Amino acid sequence: MSDLTLIAWTLLKILLIAVPLILSVAMYVYWERKVIGWMHVRLGPNQVGPLGLAQAFADVFKLLFKEITVPDKASKFLFYLAPILALAPAFAAWAVIPFDQGMALANINAGLLYLLAMTSLGVYGIILAGWASNSKYAFLGAMRSAAQVVSYEIAMGMALVSVLILSGSLNMSDIVNAQAGSKGLFDWFWLPLLPMFVIYFVSGVAETNRAPFDVAEGESEIVAGFHVEYSGSAFAIFFLAEYANMILIAFLSSVLFLGGWLSPFQGWGLGVLSLGGWWWLFVKAFVMAFLFLWFRATFPRYRYDQIMRLGWKVFIPITIAWVFVAGCLAYFNLVTIGLDVLP
Amino acid sequence: MSRVIAYFKSLLLLELLQGLWVTGKYFVKPKYTIQYPMEKIPKSNRFRGLHALRRYPNGEERCIACKLCEAVCPALAITIDSEPRASDGQRRTTRYDIDLFKCIFCGFCEESCPVDSIVETDVHEYHFEKRGENIVTKLQLLALGDRFEADIAAARAQDAAFR
Repeated sequence: MSDLTLIAWTLLKILLIAVPLILSVAMYVYWERKVIGWMHVRLGPNQVGPLGLAQAFADVFKLLFKEITVPDKASKFLFYLAPILALAPAFAAWAVIPFDQGMALANINAGLLYLLAMTSLGVYGIILAGWASNSKYAFLGAMRSAAQVVSYEIAMGMALVSVLILSGSLNMSDIVNAQAGSKGLFDWFWLPLLPMFVIYFVSGVAETNRAPFDVAEGESEIVAGFHVEYSGSAFAIFFLAEYANMILIAFLSSVLFLGGWLSPFQGWGLGVLSLGGWWWLFVKAFVMAFLFLWFRATFPRYRYDQIMRLGWKVFIPITIAWVFVAGCLAYFNLVTIGLDVLP
Repeated sequence: MSRVIAYFKSLLLLELLQGLWVTGKYFVKPKYTIQYPMEKIPKSNRFRGLHALRRYPNGEERCIACKLCEAVCPALAITIDSEPRASDGQRRTTRYDIDLFKCIFCGFCEESCPVDSIVETDVHEYHFEKRGENIVTKLQLLALGDRFEADIAAARAQDAAFR
């Protein structure tokens, strides 16, 4: 295959991931408004298009046609760079997600490290947005976001280490294959790593600055936090990045702890239900993405010092302890380590 | 010891799960929303909306310019001028203005009226497009009364048993 066709194929694959991702962000925004509406015992958007399905697109077009205002004393270059810096890692991280056996854009061996790097890079966009705006609210939001992301990064990384111990690989596809077995969903890592699973997901909520950890936005305290000065399509890009990150966390927790594309009935001999496939991954990710919205409809925003206490004094000690437990589980062969092929 | 127990209880996230259970129940509950322009809730027959001046069945206007409504109006929204009518010398209004921006829709004018002339209808879906349209004149009020007479009479008939 010549270089040109390779590039064309890769571009096509990137589009095959990026375009559905953008569309699913739009539908996710709609679904969020619907779910939160239902939990408030109201109907949610239902006027634009059938069942309100076109609501998200109406919002997008409204944002795209609006003016981008730049504060007078803002650093123009950084101001425009920040949304791109927020968006790029949120999309780049999707390269290593394995949707099915052998179905990943880049099946690299250090996939987990790459993910850690990409999810951490997203915070630069937020910090730069707050810094470049030259506004005290934006700056406060950026500082809060930076401190929060840095502290939850550690707990998240430790949770990933325990997955790494049990799977014996940094390759995302190998991690999923290590969860294959004959005991159905009880072969997945959520069971031996249950506290890690909870902590990973909660840290993911904190990393994406979502309720109840959304102090970086904190409407009631600092207006909209880091993106208070952004309008129009620049704001839309921040929005896109945030929701792409949420979907990413939903997919990641499905891949790392809920067996990725593996069927929850694997090895139970239920015919087509026991077969693995990308549809299982999407079902799991949908449930995890729903949890984001459920949290937002349920929990009041954490106070800032409580967030720090939870991150440093609760999550990090528990993760360190459970890394030890995972090590013991692996050492005494209580959980199958590494790739075990279906019998 | 109790602090240790509380600590382990908080680790089980019981309170958070309780909260999720509450919102989860509301998630599947039937919704209360009324789709307003398409669906409307029933209104009381005592609803106090837009004003109207009524007529007798023979077409004679009821108002006799006693100015009780003007006197009782707590918001000073009603302005009345009167003089003997040219045709038969009866006391009639020449001007009957209600400023709907001042009006607080308390219904005192309707209560005070000895001939059931000024009434408040159940119409609340109205708007103004120009400055000054908030002041409704005698002619407009009479026209409103003519237009909604059936509804007004029906609402008064329902309420009569309780007065």
